[in-house]
Formats: sequence, C-alpha cells, structure tokens
Amino acid sequence: MTQRNGSYLSFDNVSRRFGAVTAVDGVSLGIAKGEFVALVGASGSGKSTLLKMVNRLIDPSGGNVDLGRQNVEDIEVSALRRRIGYVFQSIGLFPHMNVGQNIAIGPRLSGTSLSPDRIGELLSLVELEPDMTSRMPDELSGGQRQRVGVARALANDPELLLMDEPFGALDPVTRDALGERVLALHREFGLTTVMVTHDMAEALLLAERVLVMDAGRIVADETPAALVAGEGGEIAQALVAVPRHQAERLAELSR
Amino acid sequence: MNGLWDAILGLGDQLAAHVLLSASAIALGIIVALPLAVWASRSPAVSRASLSFASLVQTIPALALLALFFPILLSLRAVFGEGLPTLGFLPALLALALYALLPILRNAVTAQANLDPGVIEAAHGVGMSFRQRLLLVEAPLSAPFIMAGIRTAAVWTIGAATLATTIGQKSLGDPIFAGLQTQNWVLVLAGCIASAGLAILADSLLGTIERGFRERRRPLWLGGLAAVLLGVGAAFFAQFGGDDEDRVVIGAKGFSEQYILARLIGQRLEAEGFEVEYRDGLGSAVAHSAAASGEIDIYVDYTGTIWTNQMKRTENPPREQMYREIAEWEDANTGMEVLGRLGFENAYGLAMQRETATFGEFNSIVDVAQRGQGMVIGGDPEFFERPEWIAVRDAYGLRFAGQRNFSPTFMYNALRSGEADIIGAYTSDGRIVADKLVILDDPLGAFPNYDAVLLLSPQASRDEALKAALMPLIDAIDVEAMREANYSVDREEDKLSFDEAARLLAERAGL
Repeated sequence: MTQRNGSYLSFDNVSRRFGAVTAVDGVSLGIAKGEFVALVGASGSGKSTLLKMVNRLIDPSGGNVDLGRQNVEDIEVSALRRRIGYVFQSIGLFPHMNVGQNIAIGPRLSGTSLSPDRIGELLSLVELEPDMTSRMPDELSGGQRQRVGVARALANDPELLLMDEPFGALDPVTRDALGERVLALHREFGLTTVMVTHDMAEALLLAERVLVMDAGRIVADETPAALVAGEGGEIAQALVAVPRHQAERLAELSR
Repeated sequence: MNGLWDAILGLGDQLAAHVLLSASAIALGIIVALPLAVWASRSPAVSRASLSFASLVQTIPALALLALFFPILLSLRAVFGEGLPTLGFLPALLALALYALLPILRNAVTAQANLDPGVIEAAHGVGMSFRQRLLLVEAPLSAPFIMAGIRTAAVWTIGAATLATTIGQKSLGDPIFAGLQTQNWVLVLAGCIASAGLAILADSLLGTIERGFRERRRPLWLGGLAAVLLGVGAAFFAQFGGDDEDRVVIGAKGFSEQYILARLIGQRLEAEGFEVEYRDGLGSAVAHSAAASGEIDIYVDYTGTIWTNQMKRTENPPREQMYREIAEWEDANTGMEVLGRLGFENAYGLAMQRETATFGEFNSIVDVAQRGQGMVIGGDPEFFERPEWIAVRDAYGLRFAGQRNFSPTFMYNALRSGEADIIGAYTSDGRIVADKLVILDDPLGAFPNYDAVLLLSPQASRDEALKAALMPLIDAIDVEAMREANYSVDREEDKLSFDEAARLLAERAGL
C-alpha cells in the first residue's frame, strides 16, 4: 500500500454494507495530489461504492474518508460536492436547461454566474464549439453530451475529479478521444483524478496507478507497467489478460 | 330555445359562485397535495398512506361526502366555537378539495417517481441542496404531469360542485335541482350546459398551461395562467364587488312551494329596498339549523315539522297550543323568532286516485289499514324517515306490500302510472285537485298540523325594518292560492317560473 501520510485523499479502514451484503470491506488507501488513479474490477466488486463515499453520495458504515486532511463528513455536503467534479455514465444533463445553463449550474448554486466567455472557454476545453451553448441536451449526440458533462464538472475549478464509468456508454472512437482529452485536462490543471472503469485497457492507457478491487477489497495496487509485466496477482492478471490477448491477436493479423 | 338562452344568461350569479367554489377547492387541493407529494417522494410509507387515503375518499359518493361535513363541522364547533359555519361554502370547499386531492397527488407522485435517476444523481453530484433540487430540477420536470392532474381535478370538481346546492352553497346546481324538482327541463339543461361549458373552458385553459410547461414555452403557460386568474378574479369581483353585508338571505327547502314562497318574500323585500339572495334546495333539518346559525335569515317552515323533527314531540296538541309552544321553544333554544303563520296548511296526508278510492271504498286511513295490505306506498325521500309517518303508521297499524321513494314531482306520476297505489302527499299541492286525488281522512288525528310559519334567524329577528316589511305576509295566503301557485310551476304544460308564480301568488293574496 502507498504511504498514507501526506495523502491528499485517504481512506482509513472504510466499509460499506447494504443489508447483508458488504460492498466495501475495510479499505485503507492514500492518493497523492495530482495522481490519476483507475479503480478496476468486475461488476459488484465495490469500486463505484468506494468512489461515491468521497463525495458522500454514499456514506460509509465504518471508517473515515479524508480529503485534504479533513474528514469529508465534517464538510457540509453541498459545499463538499461543489468542490469536487463528478462525471458518471448516465451523464445526467438537466433536460430543461440548455448546454450553457447545464455547465453554469455549479457556480449558480453558490450564487455566482458564469460569463458567456467562460462557458465558451469550458466548451473549447472539451473540444466543442462555443455556439453550442444555446443547444438543448436532446439535440446532442451521446459523445457531445458527455463532453458537456465533463465541462460541467470542471466549471467550479475543482482540485478533485471523480469519474464513475464516464465513457461506458460511448462508441469506441468517441471514448478514445474523450479519454485522451480528460487526461490532457488532468495534466493541464494539475487535477487529482479517480476513475472507476471495468475496462482494464482504458485503465492501463490513461492512469498512472491502477487499483484492482474484488469482493470489496483492494487486491492489487500497481503501475500500468508493472501490471503489464505480470505483477499484481491472479485477479489483476486475469483482467490484464483480456487486452493483452486482444493486442496479440491484432499483432498476428498485421503480420 | 329562447327560454333556454334566457335561463343560461340568468345564471351569472351562480356561475360566479361556482367558479369561486371550484377554484378555491382546487387551490386547496394543490396546497395540500404538492407538499404531500414531495414528502411521499422521500418516504414510500407516506406515499402509500396518502395515496390510499385519497383513493378511499374518491370511493365515497360526492353527495355523501358533502353531507358528511355537516356533522363533522358541527362537532368541530366544540373546538372552533359557535361561529364555525356548518353549511354553505366551508363544507363544500372541504369536501371538494378532498375530492380534488387524488388526481393531483397521484400525478405528482408518479411524476416524481418517474424522474430520470441520472438527472437526480447529477443534482446531488453538483451539490444541490434539498431546496435547490426541488426548485431547479424536480419542480420544472414534474410540472407538466402535475398540471395534467390539476386538469383532471378541475373537471371533476366543477362537475361535483353542482351538488353543493344541497348543502346550501350557491352553485350551478341551483337550476339543476330546481328544474328537477318541477320537471322544468329547460332549467336543468341550462345548469348542465353552463357547468359543462365551464368545465370545458377550464380544461382547455389548464391544458394550455400544461402544454406551455411541456414545451417550455413561457408565453404559453404565462398566458394560460393569466386567463385563469382573470376568470377567477372576475368571479370574485362579481361575488364580493358589491357590499353584500346587508343582503338578506332567504332559504328554501327543495320543493316548489318553498321556491315560490322564497321568491314571494324576496320580491316583497326588494320592493322595500332590501337586497336579497336565495339559498335553495336545502334539506328540512339543514334549513332549520342554517337559520338558527344565521346562515340564512328567513325561511318558511311548517309547525308539524318543527314539532316532531326538532322538538322530538310525539303528542298532538290543538293547533293554537302547538303554535305557541313552538314559538316559545325556538325563542328559548335557537333564538329564532316565529314571526307568524302565513295562513295556509301544507299537511302530510295519504292520497289516492279518486277512482281507485271510490271503487275500493277507501275513505279513511282506517280502511287502508284494514284492506290495503296489498298496496304499494310511495313517498318523498324524507317521508318514511319522518317521525310523523312512523306515528301514523303505528297509530293505525299500517302495512303495505311495498314502499318506494320518489322525488316529490315523480311521486304523482307514479300514482298515475300505477307504480304506487297510495302516496304521502302534501295538502297544498296543486296536483291534488288537478290529478283528481283524494286525501284520506285521519280520524285518529295522527298527522299533526302543518301550518306554514315564517321563521327569522336570531339576527334577523332584531331587524325591525325587515320585520315590518314581512308583516303583510302574515295570514295573507289561503290554501287555494297556494295550490294554484304550486300547480302553475308543477304542471307539465305552460309552466311558470318561480318568480312568475310568486307574482301570481302575491296578486291572489292581495299583496
């Protein structure tokens, strides 16, 4: 496990039970400022639950989650969430607001309004034209919608970006392009990013650190290079085997 | 057709009252349903409980629900004091609001339950407070569905509000009940057309608002809302624009003679410079308590009715003594004043067709008791519940093959068509002569006297000018004049309106 002292985001023996089911089982973990961490695992491994305990969409049954040395439960929940960018699979654009209003919603909640220039700037960060601002969500493609979702998450200048299967519903080309874009933004703004995904290839290509979860526990914590080199144990290697096998097949085809 | 048009045009006052009552009931329904729906969206138990309650209310017939509020409010006087109205606007408002609750609540709860979970997760994720989520996300997205519920509620409420007439609230039900009473179908039709037209108008205006919400077109829903508010505002002004504090409210029970006498009193008072309004179609007990509580100022009742129903007396004293005791009892118990007798009696009696009676040699109730076991008796809906009837039945040991309820008008048709052989008739009814009926003798004197008397509410009894204006009516109307006036509205052809019949009666009585 990584050294937890000096961590920006840390989990201390965090558990979450839903009735008889233990979704997260005593996880301790530290994430440093500026890291891009991927949480990988099969469905039901507890990765989304762990992520949502950071912005308190779910509260832990036991243990503490600290953000910048402060327990997240000591921060007023709306204020906490406004400090954190959140992107998730079903995107959740507000259907009755146009693109500009969707992007500006975070600042609006805190009582400030975004200038049209700032909205245009956020749109160009996610490679959309500034004149998109007056479009309604149902006029956009899936990829454009998630780009707006990312722009909305960045509107409050967050330090931490949480992403829950952010590209899961997108076609492969869009998915690849948007992944690269998010990585570039992560670097440009010095964000700390935690991304939940079930796609090991995506995790290996975007993150600098990959956590593998199984049955509510973290079973591997490695760099992508180490995982590709065969580290991380059986469960992690079973997940790495899928993209490796695909890569080998593709290499054979091109021979 | 001209008559129908005139009847519809004459409904302005009832229309305004109907609009105000329906709008208030729907508004109250909304005020209760929306917070409940928000609560229900956060608690499945509340959702289940409130929806079951609203559905249960919906299964109670509207007429019964309206009637039930009389005893409920009466018992609540223990908490809120004697000033709490038990008839008229308040109970009608409460009953109709309960009725309006279900469609609004159900649509609001369904709309909330069907909100896209992704949108709700986003609302949490961007850090909305409870209030912000409600106002910025849930309300605008649920609005079209809630509006659809309000539309349904409006159509129901406007229809059911016609029943408010029966508990003494002015509405478009007034012409319907009055028309039903006298088989004046033009009046019934006028009330139906006005109420249906109002429902259609409300539905289309609220539909415009709904469409504005759905298509997010602000001018559309603002325009619809403005039109609705304007309509309700106009109704409010029409009802309360003039000073109605000084208006004298004249009550009438639900039969022709009462409608005519109310107009006779009204015309007299208007001629003397009073402003009047009418509360028609009241039940017997309702009329008495409405006058006792001052919700109506004047009405005509009958000595025997008060004696048996209000005073719960069973013996049958001579006419003068009964009158004196009633006047004393009202003074001591309700504060009402019995101003005097109008001069005629409208007794209950058992009536048969003259031919049948002659043929079967039925002359008195004794004959019926001895040989009438095979006959079917008809009566108005109150008749068989009245203590007078029970006293007569027991005094003679009457038994019949069957007993049927009719509205007073249909009762005479039933006698003619043979659906009833004998009926509980009113002696001042014009149809007794017209239909060639006989009233059977009552040798035991089991039916009490039914002298028509003028009753004043406690407040009205202190108004000397009012009493002076009414005094000429005392002892002015004989039973022949009353029968003629009654028949002029009850006959099938060439019916007079109540106002015309009242003028005819005034003329005959030399007023």
